[in-house]
Amino acid sequence: MADHSGIQEAATLEQRTAAVELVLRRHGVLTDDFIHDFTEHADDAWVTANGARMVARAWTDPAFKARMLADGTGAAREMGFDFPEHHRHFVVLENTPDIHNVIVCTLCSCTAYTIIGAAPGWYKDLDYRARVVRESRTVLREMGLDLPESTEIRVWDTTADTRYMVLPVQPPATRGWPAERLAGIVTQDSLIGASRLDEVKG
Amino acid sequence: MDGLHDLGGKQGFGRVIHPWPPHDETWEPTVRAMTACAMRNHIYNMDEQRHAIERMEPRHYVAAAYFERHLTALASLLVEKGLTTREELEALAGGRFQLSGPIGPGREAAPPQRFEIGETVRVKDDYVAGHVRAPAYIRGKTGVVVAVSPPYPFPDAAGHGMQAPMEPTYDVRFRARDLWPDSCDDALNHVGVFQSYLERVSAT
Repeated sequence: MADHSGIQEAATLEQRTAAVELVLRRHGVLTDDFIHDFTEHADDAWVTANGARMVARAWTDPAFKARMLADGTGAAREMGFDFPEHHRHFVVLENTPDIHNVIVCTLCSCTAYTIIGAAPGWYKDLDYRARVVRESRTVLREMGLDLPESTEIRVWDTTADTRYMVLPVQPPATRGWPAERLAGIVTQDSLIGASRLDEVKG
Repeated sequence: MDGLHDLGGKQGFGRVIHPWPPHDETWEPTVRAMTACAMRNHIYNMDEQRHAIERMEPRHYVAAAYFERHLTALASLLVEKGLTTREELEALAGGRFQLSGPIGPGREAAPPQRFEIGETVRVKDDYVAGHVRAPAYIRGKTGVVVAVSPPYPFPDAAGHGMQAPMEPTYDVRFRARDLWPDSCDDALNHVGVFQSYLERVSAT
């Protein structure tokens, strides 16, 4: 091993986490309630339902859809959603019957987490990051999305601080549904581009 | 840096585990919150965190779960910024605490130049020892600018705690077959590329 520490036994992840927590508390950086409050806020406010509501509104409100495609950040703020400081630009990528967008971050695991929710484990795993840029059609097929050869695939690598979300095509069986009901069918996979909501049959 | 984190297009990986099995680790939300806390207190910035992850010993990087990488970056930066020492961390943790490798110098941004939407651009054939946000798979490759984003701090400087000028990034569209000829699925690959990484392609 390339690690030449004199101590034999590695501390567990729980022990290492507790050690860092102690250091931050001793320096007054970490206050008593921060971990609890931050976690509660992250779990309650940064959820897939935010992106789902944006998609459902875009499907039912053409003017909003136009605003969202022109300025995703403004459209998200209009609906009361916010971004961390370093997410300076939010771009919505529109799927069509012939175009399929899919998002990745090959260098780490960047996502618009305040809008689409915390990234799923597979998005952060090495296999997806390595393969989807080079074998997009194959990887999507393995994940259950078998795209016809005629579909153009656009892969978006989140290497800068622009964040992306896919606007799926509305499943035909859901035409005429109100936005609240439509939001319920929008999955996190479809906002990343791992699904086209083909399973939704009305 | 040409580290193992730069995964785009690497071969030999297997099926994506999908759907991802649910798991519930209590230390993970704590690491997430502490990372946010450190950044809100300006102990380090996003690029310093990313670079600290990139500097992890390669075998450690590959084996570590997502939030273990964040924990390692957090601990390493607290040591580098003088808030603790490795010895103190290991004493508190009661065992070995592997940290990231040492940080080297960053680099300055290139002189400003503007690119237009629709313009054909080439990614410079740069080999950077420090933090860089151009994935290796576009190095030296030619693509077309499809969008421009608002200015961000230049990561190669910001990742090393240097004064980082703000510069635009460009969504550049490449063809997969230009990136991996005869060895890829056909697709359009869009990458967010900082201005300093690009050069003009002279008209022929």
